[in-house]
Amino acid sequence: MKSNSKRACLLSVIFMGLGQLYNRQIIKGILFAAIEIVFIVYLLPFVRYGLWGIYTLGETPQAFVDGKVVQGDHSIFLMVYGIIAIVLVFIFGVLYCLNCQDAYKVGKLRDNHVQPNNFLQSLKLAGEKGFPYLMLSPAAFFTLFITVVPLVFGVLVAFTNYSSPNHIPPRKPVDWVGFRTFIDLFTLSGYKETFFGVFGWTVIWAVLATVSTFFSGLIFAVILNSNGIKLKKFWRTIFILPWAVPGYISILVFRNIFNAQFGPLNKWLSSIGIEKIQWFGDPAWAKIVCLFVNLWLGFPYFLALMSGVLTGIPRDLYEAAEVEGANPIQKFLKITFPLVMFATAPLLIMSFAHNFNNFNLIHFLNSGGPVNTSYKYAGHTDILLSWIYKLTLEQNQFNKACAVSIIIFIIIATISIFNFRRTRSFKEEDMIQ
Amino acid sequence: MKKPTLKQKVIRGFIYFLLICITINTLLPLYFVVIASFNPGNSLFSTKMFPETLTTKHYRDLFEKKDYAIWYMNTLKIALCSMVLTVILVIITSYTLSQFRFRGRKTGLMFMLVMTMFPGFMSMIAIYLLLLQVGLLDTHLGLILVYSGGNIAGFTWLVKGYFDGIPRSIPEAAKIDGAGNATVFTRIMLPISFPIITFVAVSSFIGPWMDYIFARLVLRTPSKKTLAIGLFEMVTGRQNTEFTMFAAGAILVALPVTILYMSLQKYLIQGLSECASKI
Repeated sequence: MKSNSKRACLLSVIFMGLGQLYNRQIIKGILFAAIEIVFIVYLLPFVRYGLWGIYTLGETPQAFVDGKVVQGDHSIFLMVYGIIAIVLVFIFGVLYCLNCQDAYKVGKLRDNHVQPNNFLQSLKLAGEKGFPYLMLSPAAFFTLFITVVPLVFGVLVAFTNYSSPNHIPPRKPVDWVGFRTFIDLFTLSGYKETFFGVFGWTVIWAVLATVSTFFSGLIFAVILNSNGIKLKKFWRTIFILPWAVPGYISILVFRNIFNAQFGPLNKWLSSIGIEKIQWFGDPAWAKIVCLFVNLWLGFPYFLALMSGVLTGIPRDLYEAAEVEGANPIQKFLKITFPLVMFATAPLLIMSFAHNFNNFNLIHFLNSGGPVNTSYKYAGHTDILLSWIYKLTLEQNQFNKACAVSIIIFIIIATISIFNFRRTRSFKEEDMIQ
Repeated sequence: MKKPTLKQKVIRGFIYFLLICITINTLLPLYFVVIASFNPGNSLFSTKMFPETLTTKHYRDLFEKKDYAIWYMNTLKIALCSMVLTVILVIITSYTLSQFRFRGRKTGLMFMLVMTMFPGFMSMIAIYLLLLQVGLLDTHLGLILVYSGGNIAGFTWLVKGYFDGIPRSIPEAAKIDGAGNATVFTRIMLPISFPIITFVAVSSFIGPWMDYIFARLVLRTPSKKTLAIGLFEMVTGRQNTEFTMFAAGAILVALPVTILYMSLQKYLIQGLSECASKI
């Protein structure tokens, strides 16, 4: 007995579409063959160039010949081409596998003397099965080019020596250096101190900023929710106001209020006889101002949120506690606090992650200053993200910036996955089907 | 009710004192920027908390001496387009991921989640290069694509969670009554998910409206500037000689957003808490 399935599959492996032609599915066969021809004729030269590029990152530096500039290889463009080439190869590979699978399946049907679908029938079937893929394709395309390719690029840069002054294309090509950048970050004098110093402040900052906003939000929500406070709605509206004002506007206003030389705060202080305070010139004051402004901006959100949670707590819990003779503090500690924590714990963790990367506040308020002379390109209040900004846009230390980004990713991913595993939808996700 | 004891009275007095302190603390910076915008002087130093005369000169200067109207229109255009594009893409994607079962769905979801955890800066250099390659650098379209593309992953998770929460029996009942897929989607699923879509729409409008970093990266030509860049440049100089004009500009930016936030407060807070409990 002859095996159509194996033969068709083998033919399709040799050249796309051959198996389909063997199975007498002419249109499908021609379509598959056309895909391979297009790939070989139009895309292969680019793919080869891209793969060569990402492997070598360019070989010839820019040179001067007879007083004219002869362009060398631009490593960074080559790397982007390489990533796109890999994406193309991947898509082509998936199509190739589908083609072989299809030839095998149709051959199998013929072995069993079953009439396979004709072209129109399979088109209809593909339309039904492929509907979700069709719906997802625009978003997938977008995400691929705006998010995935750039992120892969960013990860790859961390393993090169792409940095000023010696390795900035097109003047000099860039090379792969493996984990060298990470090792430098942890051992090189200057970078070592900066990394650990900035990292330490980032953690302290994120913890203090989160805790301060969370608890002040909670305390004022409890106060506004308690009996006997008049004008509740009035207070709440005022307190929520900072949340509704665009963040960068408020931060820039604070930048001016705390201006040491001309700012209104210091003007007022000197008018009552207190010496001017260098709000942003002194490291300790600068850190306090950062925390204060963050509290001003962040506490309304938690206040609004907690007010919602508090109104959801059943009254009879408190009444039962009163019957048992509990005082207000006991009621808060035994009823309010645990229930609020239960409802808002994931938000607390999210807020931590947000503050960990709160670039806007640090950058707009004081650009990370004052400068720390023992740090490399960072100030006293710089967090990891604002340091990355300086490394990238001001100092062109791209490889170091990307290495720090990867470290931030690992930290945030760990926190988020921990958070995510506890949430409801993750568990539900497994229950469906 | 019992009459309050002395101790309770003291506590209550203290609480009101605290509330008034916080109120002053909240309102003072806002009052400062409002009064600065009407102050007669130009610089930060000459700005008085209680000026003798008020002027609207700075508001007029914004339009006469600066290209404020152009920045405003640029920003509005970019923010609106990004919002529309984001909302459409997010709804389609999340509806598909929530209602259909197909191969690669779970992998795709996990993949999207991982992508939201990378710091945005990491992609900056590559986005710059890609836009340069396709000729979209220094165009508003390029910026719109960057904003909407970067938003999809995070918002899709949120909206998908919301769609998941809608009981299956509702669309199924409609289908039994003869409604098609499209009718179920537009007449039932969209109205039910209105709060979360409002949240996505407002957030994806506000993001570009206030973003500085990517606008700075993509746009070069002064006439294409957005508000954030223009305002930032006014106050980062050493002397702050344009502080009052900045204040006027800031008020015109903040006023519509503040009104929007205050009126949609309920939906936005709900959306934010969904973020955490539903992702």
